[in-house]
Amino acid sequence: MPVILATDLVVFFIVACVLYIAFKAYGDNYVSTIWKELKRRPLTLVSIFLLALYLSVATADSIRWRDSIKDPDGNDTISEAGKKLYSPKALSLLDRTLSGLRSNTEKSFSAPLATLQFTKETIELEGGTRVRDYPPLKYPSTHLFGTDKVGGDVFFAAVKGIRTGIVIGTGATIIMIPFAIFFGVMAGFFGGRVDDLIQYIYTTLSSIPGVLLIVAFMLIFGTEGYQGGLITDKDLIYGFFVPNDRLFWLCLILGITSWTGLCRLIRGETLKLRELEYVQAARAFGVPKLIIAYRHIVPNILHLALITFVLLFSDLVLAEAVLSYLGIGVGPETGSWGNMINTARLELSREPVVWWNLVAAFVFMFALVLPANIFADAIRDALDPRLRKGGK
Amino acid sequence: MLNYIIRRILYAIPILIGVNLITALLFFYVNTPDDMARMMLGEKRLTPAAMENWKSEHGYNLPLFINTKEGGAGILTQTIFVQKSLPLLWLDFGKSDRNNLDIGEEIKKRMWPSLAIAIPTFLIAVTVNIFLSMIIAYFRGTYIDSWGILICVVMMSVSTLFYIIGSQYFFGKTLRLFPISGFDTGLSALKFLILPVIIGVLSSIGGSVRFYRTVFLEEINKDYIRTARAKGLSEGKVLFKHGLRNALIPILTNIVAVLPLLFMGSLLIENFFAIPGLGSFTIDAINSQDFAIVRSMVYLGALLYVLGLILTDISYTLVDPRIRLE
Repeated sequence: MPVILATDLVVFFIVACVLYIAFKAYGDNYVSTIWKELKRRPLTLVSIFLLALYLSVATADSIRWRDSIKDPDGNDTISEAGKKLYSPKALSLLDRTLSGLRSNTEKSFSAPLATLQFTKETIELEGGTRVRDYPPLKYPSTHLFGTDKVGGDVFFAAVKGIRTGIVIGTGATIIMIPFAIFFGVMAGFFGGRVDDLIQYIYTTLSSIPGVLLIVAFMLIFGTEGYQGGLITDKDLIYGFFVPNDRLFWLCLILGITSWTGLCRLIRGETLKLRELEYVQAARAFGVPKLIIAYRHIVPNILHLALITFVLLFSDLVLAEAVLSYLGIGVGPETGSWGNMINTARLELSREPVVWWNLVAAFVFMFALVLPANIFADAIRDALDPRLRKGGK
Repeated sequence: MLNYIIRRILYAIPILIGVNLITALLFFYVNTPDDMARMMLGEKRLTPAAMENWKSEHGYNLPLFINTKEGGAGILTQTIFVQKSLPLLWLDFGKSDRNNLDIGEEIKKRMWPSLAIAIPTFLIAVTVNIFLSMIIAYFRGTYIDSWGILICVVMMSVSTLFYIIGSQYFFGKTLRLFPISGFDTGLSALKFLILPVIIGVLSSIGGSVRFYRTVFLEEINKDYIRTARAKGLSEGKVLFKHGLRNALIPILTNIVAVLPLLFMGSLLIENFFAIPGLGSFTIDAINSQDFAIVRSMVYLGALLYVLGLILTDISYTLVDPRIRLE
């Protein structure tokens, strides 16, 4: 039985966009010229490869389904109402592929690729004598990044953080871009009262410091709905869709706090485009205003939206870790690097030091944010060389 | 000038009223006083009487915008919006929900530790970043330039959490140079301040140096720089005497905008170093779900931001005579 979270749609949408753009890159057009521009730098190519790798892991982690509960004879269990019963765990394709890592848990901490546990325990030897020593691991030398406090594989936890990172980094911008385009073009194109009102709205919203607005929003909305982990019947509609997903709320509020910059940018660009000859000509022909805005303005500001999309990505991924650390990010049961750092925050003060949890989270995050930054710079240079001057 | 400043301040009022409306909607309409009472009392002691009691104790037992039970002006004034939300406009923050603390007093007390970290961090960061970016701009087009930018991008890609946890471990635990966390009064607070300041500066380098470099490079390609070179001035003199002054205009005005927000402190650093400033005040409020404090901080943050915008506009007119007061 498939389960689709609201945030899965974000991942699927991104994959669809990437495939579409890749498809367009063949043939002689705008996309292929940009691709040629990007291809020139080897660093950009490496970044694209890494980003694609992360995206495919995130996709594999977004395709999930629930198994039916089997009775000892191997038949499906049927409830009294005549419905088939499903396990509350919706395992993703990634969970199933890496099922070895997921289920091979130890008792407690163990160092990377160790054969013995990290903490001492009282062990009963064959002769009945008891000694305090490091017990052997159940699955020695298999944990690439060691295990955490409850014995879970750290590498697996870090891989599970990939989907959350990608969803946060893309979801917020995907949600806000249509609104930013709509309001920005309206404000710039129509001017007057409409412009005043829209400017007032975004100045007001942007004057509330982002973190505090996110705090307020998540305290109020984030505590209900699906928090990650087990799926209950009240989360589901139509038996497979989970609309009220905490991660989705987080994307939404991050979108609300970040749309104002893009809206302002688009308004300014529209003001310029409005005066160009071809727009004036369309006006002289008597083309309705809304159609001019849709046909002549919107296509010419789309590159701004794309640049903002890639520039915001790394900021959002970093913000997720901070917010989850503060306890207002993703739910505690959602695998994320912020949650890993939060649970491991005191491990460096242990003696001897437990470092692998933190290092794994930071390395995985860094390996996403650095390529994203490099890719964003390349995209910006390729799409709009003028922007290179204007700051970040 | 005075005329301009007054007009600019008047323009800020509708924005602050808008912020006030947003916070009122979020904290009183979406999250009703009933929800708050439920959260504060917990499941165990939850009875309708206890809820009403809690609400009247904290002044939440009124309708949100319109009170139909009252006559005359009471229709509007005897409401949560006027009693609880509007006073924020004249900085009357009221009492906290959890311990009945006077939030205004608490803010006055806690802003000093925040400022003790924020001001040195800010000053050192600006100096270091401008200096570094000028060096990179001086060596533009060379390996130093390209490696410098790469290092900036790498530093931007590292999470602030890593800077904090890593420095606490390295400087605090391994080298034992500074205490790992804590705070004191007077001069003895100094040793607690060094590490947070270092971290604040470190985490700002990547983004700022890259930004300042583009500002400098933009300035370097202008005509007056070419003239200065043609006069036979040395490259250093051209850059530091002529270039820096003009490049400072966008940089300074950018900086002025964040000045008022220094009051708020840094949520993360104050939390990690157990500094009793406004940042940790906010975090504690988040953890105990004290909405009165969160609401006050949201409003205070917006107020300081708007103040920053006004200061930016004024500083523009001060440093750049070409900009007229219109």
